[in-house]
Amino acid sequence: MANVVLRDVRKTYAGGFEAIKGIDFEVGDGQFCVLVGPSGCGKSTLLRMVAGLETITSGDIDIGGRIVNQIEPADRDIAMVFQNYALYPHMTVYNNMAYGLRNRRMPEAEIDTRVQEAARILELGTMLDRKPKQLSGGQRQRVAMGRAIVRQPKVFLFDEPLSNLDAKLRIAMRVEIRKLQRRLQTTSIYVTHDQLEAMTLADILVVMNGGRVEQIGNPLDIYQKPATTFVASFIGAPPMNLMPLRSDEIRAQFASDSRAASEAGILGIRPEDFVISSETIAGGIALDLTVEAIERVGAETFIYGTRQNEIQGVAANPGELPPGEVIVRIPGAVAPAIGERIKAVAPRENLHLFSADGRKRIDL
Amino acid sequence: MVEHRPWNDIIAYAILTLGVFIVAFPVYVAVIASTHDAATVVGGRMPLSPGGHALENYYRAVFLGGSRTAPEPVGRLLLNSFITAMGIAVGKICISILSAYAVVYFRFPFRKTAFWIIFVTLMLPVEVRIYPTYKVVADLRMLDTYAGLILPLIASATGTLLFRQFFMTVPDELLEASRIDGAGPFRFFWDTLLPLSVTTISALFVIQFIYGWNQYLWPLLITTQDSMQTIVIGIRKMLVTTDELAEWQLAMATAVLAMLPPVAVVVFMQRLFVRGLVETEK
Amino acid sequence: MEKSAVFNGSRLLPYALLAPQLIITFVFFYWPASQAVLQSFKREDAFGLVSEFVGLENYQALFAQPEYYKAMLTTLVFSTLVAGLSLSIALLFASQADKNLKAAPVYKTFMIWPYAVAPAVAGVLWFFIFHPSLGTLARPLRGLGLDWNPLLDGNHAMALVVMSAVWKQIAYNFLFFLAGLQSIPKSVIEAGAIDGAGPMRRFWTIIFPLLSPTTFFLLVVNVVYVFFDTFGIIDAVTGGGPAGATTTMVYKVYADGRLGGDLGGSAAQSVVLMVIVIALTAVQFKYVERRVQY
Repeated sequence: MANVVLRDVRKTYAGGFEAIKGIDFEVGDGQFCVLVGPSGCGKSTLLRMVAGLETITSGDIDIGGRIVNQIEPADRDIAMVFQNYALYPHMTVYNNMAYGLRNRRMPEAEIDTRVQEAARILELGTMLDRKPKQLSGGQRQRVAMGRAIVRQPKVFLFDEPLSNLDAKLRIAMRVEIRKLQRRLQTTSIYVTHDQLEAMTLADILVVMNGGRVEQIGNPLDIYQKPATTFVASFIGAPPMNLMPLRSDEIRAQFASDSRAASEAGILGIRPEDFVISSETIAGGIALDLTVEAIERVGAETFIYGTRQNEIQGVAANPGELPPGEVIVRIPGAVAPAIGERIKAVAPRENLHLFSADGRKRIDL
Repeated sequence: MVEHRPWNDIIAYAILTLGVFIVAFPVYVAVIASTHDAATVVGGRMPLSPGGHALENYYRAVFLGGSRTAPEPVGRLLLNSFITAMGIAVGKICISILSAYAVVYFRFPFRKTAFWIIFVTLMLPVEVRIYPTYKVVADLRMLDTYAGLILPLIASATGTLLFRQFFMTVPDELLEASRIDGAGPFRFFWDTLLPLSVTTISALFVIQFIYGWNQYLWPLLITTQDSMQTIVIGIRKMLVTTDELAEWQLAMATAVLAMLPPVAVVVFMQRLFVRGLVETEK
Repeated sequence: MEKSAVFNGSRLLPYALLAPQLIITFVFFYWPASQAVLQSFKREDAFGLVSEFVGLENYQALFAQPEYYKAMLTTLVFSTLVAGLSLSIALLFASQADKNLKAAPVYKTFMIWPYAVAPAVAGVLWFFIFHPSLGTLARPLRGLGLDWNPLLDGNHAMALVVMSAVWKQIAYNFLFFLAGLQSIPKSVIEAGAIDGAGPMRRFWTIIFPLLSPTTFFLLVVNVVYVFFDTFGIIDAVTGGGPAGATTTMVYKVYADGRLGGDLGGSAAQSVVLMVIVIALTAVQFKYVERRVQY
């Protein structure tokens, strides 16, 4: 059991490319930390640096109170689950799990106990003599988990472990991983590009972009109070609607004090925070939309509309806000027709304001 | 083909059967010749059906020696060919899998240089440098030795390139998983890379065994004693005498024996053979 | 192409792994090859005791020899005939075997095994069949009014070595052509059929162009094969004769050095050959490079 601390961790490649630009965070003992971000944001590199598979240019990585910068992966007391599982194709399931223990010269009896226990937990008992080729995707995934469990490491590292599975299996395995981690209480770091996976698994969520951390926190906090427009559009699906605010009058409408009013440049509203209504809400906003497309998925419906003109209730010069697409998410399957004009309204507490460059959140 | 015309298939079968016949004919004649006595063969009116001297001819060839000009029993020559072919195949696999491992899985100064040094040898077949190589082998006192037959033929780029190509297809994560599992360079090679390379090794073995068995110019140059000759050289030596004196029935028996091992390898290990052939030429 | 996952810690290990191959390569490749180059600028006396630097004399002597031009011409004729014939015949057989026949795998097995026959042995087999006095097929040829004698007639000798070399090379070309044909998507051929192209037209307008990378690759490989691997055939069948009619450039290197004892001249020929091989290999690389880009 251990915590993991990163202090100003950086990675610059030989060519000068800066993959990781100074990252600090701490994962407490037994916590499940998820690193999420688009591809190329550095999340996998960071995980591999924790594993010891990539060198650290500067900064410190501390596992359980020991700085591991110069320590070989095998000696860091970590276990890793790879995206493609990296099972040894010529070894049986049993030997895949036992290999790391044998390399550490553990007595065979102890190895057997651990492998059998892992097999029981993961329901692999009947497959111990099979080769990876004879297993389904989900079973291979569980062997990869088993290989991590038998080691009883201080930290589990997961590198997009579910992305090779089909959608249904992915959800099932997601739940299993979370249950397993709760039960073993092992500190875990999990990398994914799937924001839904990130939201559902994380105790702490680290949103990364371009080698930097955009926001760290509890997943719900991040959803409710995204720190930047990047986080706002990355967390939540469909993404938050973001609209530029141009004139001072428009800014003034939303900002509670003059400082914020002068800084605010972007307005954000989540699709699920709209209501279709003919009534405007005091302090809130209303958008006049022309319906362009409808997606019905059963329990809910997505409406893709274009803004006809200015945000209502604001004395503004027509055309100042360029017309753009807005997504509205409503429950049920009853929806307006294509081409119909509708009014989408949202209350003040559901509005998000950001600085014009999108790097800063301005609280209302 | 798209059309379903029966005559189309019949033509195809006819052409292929003709092809197989052309391919098999010289060997068939050789087998027939090895079953007749000398007089029948030299007479120029040898029938195309087997004669009754097969046992006698093969016994003479294998145990007593082919002819006046090539007195060494073919049994000995077969052994020499076998040792040479095995030596070349095994030697080449060993040195090239190690060098490919170094080039692919390590970073070190002069890595690219080392690769190019090996790579350029592709362009220098033994035929273009025979006499200087002969001199080196002579200076090393390796004439008429197995080492002299084998060593100059085992260093070539093909094996290294083949293993390099295969190693590049092995997922990086296997090495990373091994490192996390506590395996160093030796253990990763022995426990993971070598077992995964079995098919590639076998394919290369098949190709190199045939290559080694069929060597001609090199053994011709560096073997002076009859007891060190390979079987391919032995056949040639049987025929250097004037034609009327050459014992063709024995030469043909020897030819059949010389063809048997490599042809058996191709026929019985066809999949490995095809794979080896296609991959070494990429 | 480079691996990103490598071992970093070991300093000496990679050199130790490379050592066996590098040592053998230096001793048996680079040293002799450099000696060949050096020797081509020197002349040795008859006993090999004294050697003097003679500059380009060996090369001048070489290119002053009518025999050398004859060997070049012989090599050219031999390469063209062997490559042309073995490629066409192999393509014919491969295109038939590609017709989804039930027995195709059997034919494949029967077609590829001559690859395993040593060139010298292949030569001996064909020599035996066409031997002027005892050959099974020599008499029928005479019956046709041809005064068949490869031991005396240079053209007959050439025909015989060409036959042996083609016979042995068909297997290789067949295998690669068959693989090439089988990699052409069936849908393309079906589209051709729907567009109204008959089997012959489809072959020349669709299949043959799509097969051109394979054909080009085989052409280069065949030329290299004719240059070097046919040495055994020539030595076993004709010994370069009669009167040098089948002496190729490689055979001349051997004959001048071994039989004539002219090591300097032989070395100069080796160097010329090396230049040709390097050029051929460069062509092959260009092709490989292009194929990688596709």
